[in-house]
Amino acid sequence: MPSFWSENLPKLGQMFAAIAIFLTVLAVIFFIAGKANGKKQRPIAIVVFLGPALILLLFGLLGPAIRTLLLSFKGSASKHWVGFNNYQWLFTDPSMRIVLRNTVFWILLTPIVTTGLGLLLAILLDRMRRESVAKSLIFMPMAISFVGASIVWEFVYKFANPNQPQVGLMSSIAHHLGFEPPNWLLTQPLNTFLLMVVFVWSQTGFAMVILSAAIKNVPADIMEASSLDGATGWRLFRGITFPMVRSTFIVVLATMVVATLKLFDIVRASTGGNFGTSVLANEMYSETFIRYDAGRGAAMAIVLFLLVIPVLVYNIMNLRRERTIA
Amino acid sequence: MSLLTRNKAPKLAEPNAGRKLFGSRGATITVWIIAIFWTIPTLGLFTTSFRRKSDISATGWWNLFIHPHLTLGNYSAIFSSSTVSGIPNGIMPYVINSFVITIPAVIFPITLATMAAYCLAWVKFRGSDAVFYGIFALQIVPIQVALVPLLNLFTGGVHIGSVTLVPALHIAGKFLGIWVPHTMFALPLAIYLLHNFISSLPRDLMEAANVDGASHFMIFRRIVLPLSVPAIAAFTIFQFLWVWNDLLVALTFTGGTEGIDPLNNKLAGLAGTWGSHWELLTSSAFVTILVPLVVFFSLQRYFVRGLLAGSVK
Repeated sequence: MPSFWSENLPKLGQMFAAIAIFLTVLAVIFFIAGKANGKKQRPIAIVVFLGPALILLLFGLLGPAIRTLLLSFKGSASKHWVGFNNYQWLFTDPSMRIVLRNTVFWILLTPIVTTGLGLLLAILLDRMRRESVAKSLIFMPMAISFVGASIVWEFVYKFANPNQPQVGLMSSIAHHLGFEPPNWLLTQPLNTFLLMVVFVWSQTGFAMVILSAAIKNVPADIMEASSLDGATGWRLFRGITFPMVRSTFIVVLATMVVATLKLFDIVRASTGGNFGTSVLANEMYSETFIRYDAGRGAAMAIVLFLLVIPVLVYNIMNLRRERTIA
Repeated sequence: MSLLTRNKAPKLAEPNAGRKLFGSRGATITVWIIAIFWTIPTLGLFTTSFRRKSDISATGWWNLFIHPHLTLGNYSAIFSSSTVSGIPNGIMPYVINSFVITIPAVIFPITLATMAAYCLAWVKFRGSDAVFYGIFALQIVPIQVALVPLLNLFTGGVHIGSVTLVPALHIAGKFLGIWVPHTMFALPLAIYLLHNFISSLPRDLMEAANVDGASHFMIFRRIVLPLSVPAIAAFTIFQFLWVWNDLLVALTFTGGTEGIDPLNNKLAGLAGTWGSHWELLTSSAFVTILVPLVVFFSLQRYFVRGLLAGSVK
């Protein structure tokens, strides 16, 4: 197939060229900057090491964030200032009410379920003698994209009309249990919870691995001493294990809150945000790139950011405390 | 707060008498039940991809274990230029696109982040802590906030009044136009994680090198890079999975350009157009999943080691 290679070899060439150029430029800069000595050495090193990252962050995140803030006060074509109109629409429009309700459900439920389940598994794993295969199986979904995950779950949620064979797992089980399965992904508000299951399935492994690492770090003698004192099961968990891993638990929980807020792919790939399943991040994409209302899209992005700020403040406070201890 | 380092350095707990008291058998059974539940959905996709089209719509995938009629036809269909798939060269070009997008989008941010992390940890200057907290804060900015302005920057440049600060870059719809945003978006988390790790390297080592008159560039190359391999490997897994599985960034910055679409985006599109072709969709999905799984399982030990590395000094 000559056309295949003539089309695709240049792409691979581009990739290798880009990597080679990137590394060569760095090597040359390092070589030249390394020649400097005396008083100039420090400032040059700071500029070379930190400069590229700061420039990229300035143009890639900080600048755009400020521009989005401005756009959120402008109309759909970004020409006129409209004050708080976009925000007012966001919080009063009836269709948006469902989106906001779903977003709140997602934030309240998925992070705590995912992290809690991850902790439970981490504790159980700690008590097993050989853990690796089961651990890998539970962690595996994390490597699967949310698009892939929604196709995977199609075979669980698939629904067929009553006169046709049920080839979806849940529909088939319902059928065998003797009741007619509903069309799972069209039934509100059940469908939102079914999409949450996909998220939990995908992310629990991550929570488990991190928390499992934290539990393994609990000194053995503490566990031993308290179990000799007669602490078992729930009491041991509440008295020793949980306090020792609390900070890790909260980090994982915060990570999950942010991941939930940014969540876009599961909704996009499984229902497209229809049937009352949309969330802010998905609606923001639709508003900006499908309905071309940059103002409303920007307002949603800003609301997302505002929702994350408490997590951010908490994390920075934590970080500062930890750095002063260290 | 830290995932990669811990301040205390406790010895790793051995499985001990206290833990076995609660019955390791009950724990084992529970974990395995959950593990099996976790695997069933993926198993459904996997088995369906080996079934014939007529079987898929007639019976559930679990029937494969009762009446095994296996076929590799679905896989040959998606990799060939057959009319069934409706894509000229099958999905292979998209697999290549995904690699072409992902590999540089992993190398670029990790390199730049390691440099920045070293600077913030060991070449302290006035305000370096503020810069670190600022970068940490950027981690939380939803990338949705940055998409449209960044796209405008690529197509129109930056102007204040009639003064052009940055000219139009014209890189949207090219590979460079995806590498750059991925690099930008990865930096905050990468710098934060690597900073945690690099700042926990032994102070004596750095000071000794300084006394010997080694420049910061030499210290970075000879000491920091080799010692940071576990953290770099751990972040490589994160970033590879994230870029390979990303939908939003690619959707925004390829702008539907046919030649550079990654596999995951194509898959999302095909889920719509191949509505009734489950045999093609499942086999394509499995190919999409396979690469990150291979990367993940081959680097898995680094993942945990990089995670724990700071605590085992």
